[in-house]
Amino acid sequence: MKNLKQSLAVALWFIFLTFPLMVVKVNTSDQVVQWRWMNILWVGVTFFVLSFIWRYALVRKEARQMAALSGQDEHEKPTKFQELLEDQSLRYRLMLGLLAFALVFPWVFDTYQSTIMVSALIYVVLGLGLNITVGLAGLLDLGYVAFFAVGAYAYALLNHHFGLGFWTCLPLGAALGGIFGVILGFPILRLRGDYLAIVTLGFGMIVKVVLENWSEFSFGPSGIANIDRPSLFGLDMDIAASTTYIYYIMIALVILTIIVTGRLKNSRIGRAWIALREDEIACVAMGIDMAKTKMSAYALGACWAGMVGVVFAAKTTFINPASFTFMESAIILSIVVLGGMGSILGVILGAMILILMPEYLRAFSEYRMIIFGAAMVVMMIFRPQGIISNIRQKYEFKGLKEKSENV
Amino acid sequence: MSDTQKQVLLEVKGLTMDFGGLRAVDSIDLTVSAGEIAALIGPNGAGKTTFFNCVTGIYTPTGGDVLLHPQGKPTRRVNGKKPNVITTLGMARTFQNIRLFSDMTVLENVMIGRHCRTNTGLVGAILRGAAARREEQETVEFGYHLLEQVGLAEFANEYSKNLPYGAMRRLEIARAMATEPFLLLLDEPAAGMNPQETDELDALICRIRDEGKIAILLIEHDMKLVMNISDNIHVMEYGKKIATGTPQEIKDNPKVIEAYLGEEADA
Repeated sequence: MKNLKQSLAVALWFIFLTFPLMVVKVNTSDQVVQWRWMNILWVGVTFFVLSFIWRYALVRKEARQMAALSGQDEHEKPTKFQELLEDQSLRYRLMLGLLAFALVFPWVFDTYQSTIMVSALIYVVLGLGLNITVGLAGLLDLGYVAFFAVGAYAYALLNHHFGLGFWTCLPLGAALGGIFGVILGFPILRLRGDYLAIVTLGFGMIVKVVLENWSEFSFGPSGIANIDRPSLFGLDMDIAASTTYIYYIMIALVILTIIVTGRLKNSRIGRAWIALREDEIACVAMGIDMAKTKMSAYALGACWAGMVGVVFAAKTTFINPASFTFMESAIILSIVVLGGMGSILGVILGAMILILMPEYLRAFSEYRMIIFGAAMVVMMIFRPQGIISNIRQKYEFKGLKEKSENV
Repeated sequence: MSDTQKQVLLEVKGLTMDFGGLRAVDSIDLTVSAGEIAALIGPNGAGKTTFFNCVTGIYTPTGGDVLLHPQGKPTRRVNGKKPNVITTLGMARTFQNIRLFSDMTVLENVMIGRHCRTNTGLVGAILRGAAARREEQETVEFGYHLLEQVGLAEFANEYSKNLPYGAMRRLEIARAMATEPFLLLLDEPAAGMNPQETDELDALICRIRDEGKIAILLIEHDMKLVMNISDNIHVMEYGKKIATGTPQEIKDNPKVIEAYLGEEADA
């Protein structure tokens, strides 16, 4: 009975909230107001049912938490899915399958699909890059898109003025991104938490405003057009072939990013980043140089953004400051949070979901932001650690010990 | 302990720490010699932890000197130095309120302690060459042996947040040991432990001193533990040092009884 009352209240509340949107419609051509009363019913019934599902999910979540608390030994038992993930041979087969699929993708689907895939892959690399800063080192960065812009403008300007090619600019973009990471890193070494977030937010804004207003340098809001596509031994390529080419470049970059970030994660440096995230004071007391560690996290995170910035400019052949708004930073951050902080596979999944879903659900494009927001709220309540939570590497000793005894 | 002159490892002279108008630590002199277990006791709020934080570089003291005399190396004055520099010089610490890296495994916590004794850089980590792999393996082994010493080897791949309380304290000690210190500062290592765990800790601390050749300075409220293992005891009250001596001398010191032990007699 109590549940019924609650659900009724929820339904009424949502009817009230969505009233202006769902019921009132002003027909501007005839200058009359249409009242769509039927919609009230739909909204009411939908949210009435949803609130029951919601409550059921909450109860289950609490039950699970209680079970975890009472049974000392089986806290945070990995789910079936995570156990599967840890199975090495299955993982390799899965990866091979994915790689094969990725390689034949442009031949199976048309250019449009490849184009969408390229932008998704760009976001995968961006997410993995930001994952270093936010997911591993725990430094909240709300201005990450600034480094993306640095890479894109580096290629666009160098190409425009000096005619430098894509392959020269790719490492240059990465290096410039890293340098900007260090520039941002210096003033914020002492900051943490909210203050850090605000400063990075400001940094992102500054870069955009500079690009918009320093017209002699960046050509202002009108942007830079006719940027060269990547070349392949001077071959002339039509748009379709070029898209396929960029697609393969992106696949290679994604693989490179996965390997590098995966190795960093379980290295001396990666551990220092995670320690910094977990407890700054204990981290320095254990002999870790905080300044160096923070800087390397910023620089390396920014590096990837600079690099794919170059690819982005080459792909679209036209860039202007409008591509580098705060919204982009927010989306990249959402990818990391939604996918799972620190988890490489999670971030890849997050990027695919957040970038591909809107493309394939164009029919619902009006509701995109509502779905996006609702998904975020649901995620944070039921799975705050992200789609795939970060699993730390397990170390085997027995073999090692025998080895050391033999030596 | 023999009466022969032991080499002094840590020498604190007139250490003072002011927070605004509050003098938390007031010109403390203290030395710790090689092979010594020294204890720092005093009522709550006497400034013991602040003293630790000054010595280990978490705070910059407002006055006085902290001198480190590593064996076979030149003396270093370390006030105002960063904590990581001081740890690298050979003085490690644990925390009163446990500060483990909770989302890392037990072994990784210890491996963090190895950070300042290893040197694989970014490039090494990415390329994962022979040198980097060897160093990584050495780190794992070193960490594992330390865990065996403190009796946590079976939990090596467990997240440290899932450990029982007493084990967390031991892990903190293991993590500090991983930095290969010559002097270990323990901030209330027995807090929250039951009598049996305290006895084990007692044995562990003595073992660290004897086998690891590490001197120890500890803050502790458990008088049984302190009287058992300490060679020298320093007593603080209201930021000042009021007594120094062997456990027996401290027990008989009227000032100490009044300031500290006396409170217990009242209760």
